Amino acid sequence: MNPALHDVLIFLRSWWVELVCGVVIVAVVPLAAGYLTLMERKLMADMQARLGPMRVGPHGLLQPIADAVKLLIKEDIIPDNADKMIFWLAPVTSMTAALTAMGGIAFGPAFLVARDLNVGLLFVVGVSSMGLIGIMLGGWASNSHYSIMGALRSTAQLVSYETAAGLALVSGLLMAGTLKIRAIVDMQSGDHVWFIFLAPVAFFIYLVASIAETNRAPFDLPEAESELVAGYMTEYSGFRWACYFLGEYSNMILVGAVATTLFLGGWLRPFSNVSWMNWLDAVPALFTAAVGVYCVYRAGKQPVRVQVWFMWAVALACFVVALPLGLPIVTALLKFKFLPPGLHGAYLFFMKISAHIVPGLLGGFWFLLKITAYIYLFMWVRFTLPRYRFDQLMHLGWYILIPLAIVNVLAVGVAMILKMEYGWNRWLAMILSTVVTLAAAFFLLRWNDKRAAAASSAAPPEQPSTEDSYAG
Amino acid sequence: MLDKVIFFFFAGVAILSAALVVTRRNVMHSAVFLITALLAVAGIFLQLRAEFIFIAQVILYVGGIMVLFIFVIMLVNLDVALHQVQFSRQKWVALLVGLVLAAEVGVMLWTSRGVPGQGFLLPNAVPGGQLKPNTEELAGRLFDAYLLPFEIASVLLLVAMVGAVVMAKKRT
Repeated sequence: MNPALHDVLIFLRSWWVELVCGVVIVAVVPLAAGYLTLMERKLMADMQARLGPMRVGPHGLLQPIADAVKLLIKEDIIPDNADKMIFWLAPVTSMTAALTAMGGIAFGPAFLVARDLNVGLLFVVGVSSMGLIGIMLGGWASNSHYSIMGALRSTAQLVSYETAAGLALVSGLLMAGTLKIRAIVDMQSGDHVWFIFLAPVAFFIYLVASIAETNRAPFDLPEAESELVAGYMTEYSGFRWACYFLGEYSNMILVGAVATTLFLGGWLRPFSNVSWMNWLDAVPALFTAAVGVYCVYRAGKQPVRVQVWFMWAVALACFVVALPLGLPIVTALLKFKFLPPGLHGAYLFFMKISAHIVPGLLGGFWFLLKITAYIYLFMWVRFTLPRYRFDQLMHLGWYILIPLAIVNVLAVGVAMILKMEYGWNRWLAMILSTVVTLAAAFFLLRWNDKRAAAASSAAPPEQPSTEDSYAG
Repeated sequence: MLDKVIFFFFAGVAILSAALVVTRRNVMHSAVFLITALLAVAGIFLQLRAEFIFIAQVILYVGGIMVLFIFVIMLVNLDVALHQVQFSRQKWVALLVGLVLAAEVGVMLWTSRGVPGQGFLLPNAVPGGQLKPNTEELAGRLFDAYLLPFEIASVLLLVAMVGAVVMAKKRT
């Protein structure tokens, strides 16, 4: 055989799972991003006592598809004075960075892409930070004041908050002792605790910093519509705009996945080491089946025939997903000897199959559930808090979050040493480190307040500093 | 085989974009091609199974330094810069330095031509399992054998940072 072809075949044979997982990422993430927008609009509607999108499909379930079609067939405008090459390149950069970084995440124990990459978590954080370059280039290439203002703000904001986020991740990684995604989750399984309980301050810092990193309210200054029209994407329309949008929502999924992996126990189910809580393995199947039953119940109340059919289709999909998720229930029942004699071979075969696929499926379910919860928190914050002013944003980042993160890294490090070298109880050491960090936060806030008070009493009250060149 | 294809792809991209960096008139285009070149070098690191160096290259150079480059370029009025003479007249010095460098690399390749896996042939990447974990190995070296130089370098960078802040601060 042709040696080159032979090499390619060997490559394919040893890496086909990774390749398939990569294709799945590229195919599914845009769809997931679309449905995140639907989730966001529905949540916003709920919190504002409205209904949200209701027209396209039952309860607006087809709205993301309609939006995607609209964006695809919309006129594509490139401003006359724009730098064509960079204008073209910028949104692609943003989206590619987000989708590539997605490859470093493991959505469950069976998801292989870069699971055992030696620099796992760093890969995700580093590659996703390249999306910033797309934002900057887009803002510059549009040749518009609003765009460049948005790009400048975005850069300053992301550079500041990436520091805080990185230091918060360091606190978590100190406990994990490794960068490999799989090893981090195994560590939490072996320690019988999620790291959020050992380092709540680090998780909180990461939460705040990741909201700022994804440019979302209350830190959405790069695209503040009341000041900058749409910030760096002012001049973009149609599919290029959709690329930016996709990058932004993929980044939300990414930070959710990083936080889940490092702080929320990855794909472990709650109480994964407690055997009498094993009934939790049945939750995924029951949950999905319940959603299906609800869809069947609602199908009768749809106003149009097409919507009824669609509701039935959703219900069917839910039941199909519930079937493999329900395997642990079946195996648990089979253990009670409901077995006709003569089927023993089949029984063993079935157990072997389910032992192979069940952990991956259930892990994926819990992982996605945790990411969704994290993103829900994002949206909740967005609809609750008003937007920061730019100097307040910088103040929060540099004067509070970064010092706090540094103190937290030191405290967690000391606690690790106390635990490993002096045999302290883990909880005692960690609670001590948290208390120290919180005390530091308290003094930091007091000191900041005092400084602000001194500044305002010394100088006559005037407009917030006029030297701030990014304030718009 | 596949290793070689990947290597030549990244090497070609790196050289091509490095050439474009110095020949483009528009500074922003140069910056974009510099990013491409740096990413291609990162790809070569990854092909050699140096995962930590790969990600350090991406985070530091692309995510850090290039972001600051572009930030500065955005604040510069490019219309003025475009009409200025951009190329200094140090052609001959540059040529000389380039020749010396080429000679050095040539000598190095020539002297190591007999060693298997080196010289004109590509270094064969070590299969993944045979290497020690990258990050741990690097950390061990930096914080154990080379602790003092590492700390001195850190202090030096800190001094540079503090110096920049002091100089930038307005005297009131």
